[in-house]
Amino acid sequence: MADSRVNVSPEIRRGEPFEVRISIRHAMETGYRTDTVGKSIPRNVIRTFACRYNGEPVFAVRMSSGIAANPYLRFFVTGRESGTLDFEWIDDAGERGVAQAAVKVV
Amino acid sequence: MSAEKPSRELRISRRRLLQSAAALTVARVLPAAAQNLPAIPALASFLAGRSPRWERLKLELPSLADNGQSVPMRITMAGPFAANSTLQAIHLFSEVNPVPEMAVFEFPSPPARVEIDSRIRLAGAQHVVALAVMSDGALYAAAAEVLVTIAGCLDQT
Amino acid sequence: MHRVLLAAVAGAWAISPAHAQQRALPLDALRSGVEFAGADVRSMQSDDVANPGFLWIERGEKLWREGGDGKSCNACHGDARASMRGVAARYPAYDASSATMLDLEARINDCRVRRQGVSALTRESDELLALSAYVTHQSRGMPEAVNVEGAARAAFERGRAFYTARHGQMNLSCAQCHDQNWGKRLYAETLSQGHGNAFPAYKLEWQTMGSLQRRIRACLSGIRAEMPPAGAPELTDVELYLAWRAQGLPIEAPGVRR
Repeated sequence: MADSRVNVSPEIRRGEPFEVRISIRHAMETGYRTDTVGKSIPRNVIRTFACRYNGEPVFAVRMSSGIAANPYLRFFVTGRESGTLDFEWIDDAGERGVAQAAVKVV
Repeated sequence: MSAEKPSRELRISRRRLLQSAAALTVARVLPAAAQNLPAIPALASFLAGRSPRWERLKLELPSLADNGQSVPMRITMAGPFAANSTLQAIHLFSEVNPVPEMAVFEFPSPPARVEIDSRIRLAGAQHVVALAVMSDGALYAAAAEVLVTIAGCLDQT
Repeated sequence: MHRVLLAAVAGAWAISPAHAQQRALPLDALRSGVEFAGADVRSMQSDDVANPGFLWIERGEKLWREGGDGKSCNACHGDARASMRGVAARYPAYDASSATMLDLEARINDCRVRRQGVSALTRESDELLALSAYVTHQSRGMPEAVNVEGAARAAFERGRAFYTARHGQMNLSCAQCHDQNWGKRLYAETLSQGHGNAFPAYKLEWQTMGSLQRRIRACLSGIRAEMPPAGAPELTDVELYLAWRAQGLPIEAPGVRR
């Protein structure tokens, strides 16, 4: 399954905020559902999400089952130098997902 | 697969439904004068007696959600942010969900523009409260009320 | 003169193609389900980044190219953007070699088993939905244009019979809600015309992508009728009838529904 899709503003200016959007494939299983034979499906949600800009943390989210399945985030980061945005998320089962996007300052 | 059960039975009167239908396209944002915080124990214990200011922070949610499994949300906070009072985190609280602290949006680096979109789960009609915590300890709050209906037909697939 | 005219009319009626028969919903009155959805669902569908369906489409694009020894979809069909254009718009379709009607998911599995020499994918599995969503995406915006003549005619008639028959504990037919009462409220929802032009779709209720067959089964469970198992031929018959009924409606891919 495609883990994620990232979309970053193409034109980034130093000192100005630019839009970042990410869509992550994850069931965000709440732990409150039961399967067809009545057995409880254990919780498995993304707990932490972090965005780093050239290694520096700029945005993070601590999530719970209150975030919808296949999480979507749109937020703003302040432009500095060109480089990379790194995204990382970890779920209850310890599974780690990563994504990257290039940042080009014009 | 069983559907998730809402944590309480939802009854909507026709009039209330019609009222909210009229407000469908308008995000229901409670006025700044709403000093009466919804009774959320997790929020009260987080505040520990402090009173947030009902300004600057905006929480937008639809007044009538298409489906409680995925409700679009936007949080914005007006700047400018003073050097001694930068935004550290925004906490999101649910009145009715089994997990009252829904998310915490953290800003390790002082942000220039605060606008966050995401999608949340709501286990029934309720208030949602966003709480911004600044580096100098100042608190700002915003709340929204959402009506959540269940599907017209039971889906057992 | 009158006798000739009468004979001509009678003759024409006797061999009338399906499309000349009365449509419960005239072609110019067709409205996609997106028009009955709330603003949030509509904006989610129209935003190509926020639309979760693209997660499956991207997976489908990868799966299209996978498979060694020249056994990928790509090996025979090449670039899907060219070869699959318009394909979903004419499915379900009759397959002469197996003498059955195949919906898109069945066709993908047929190719896998008979031509690629790999195992079929389970109905509603993420991989099958990914491939189906990817192929359907190549028909995005194109009008539904299924063929219900010739070998497909029998399935079409069965599909129409199923659609207009009463089912389940509630003793309701699809037609009663979606032909006769669309636009009216059912609890807090507005009844759509029941078209399948946005499937496979990301349904908020399912919290995942699902096929049209799943949607039909969901409706049947809603009227407390027995659900045929996924892949059952009667479901394909209904899919065919729905596609005919939605003739001309643009395909929304990936669709988002409540």
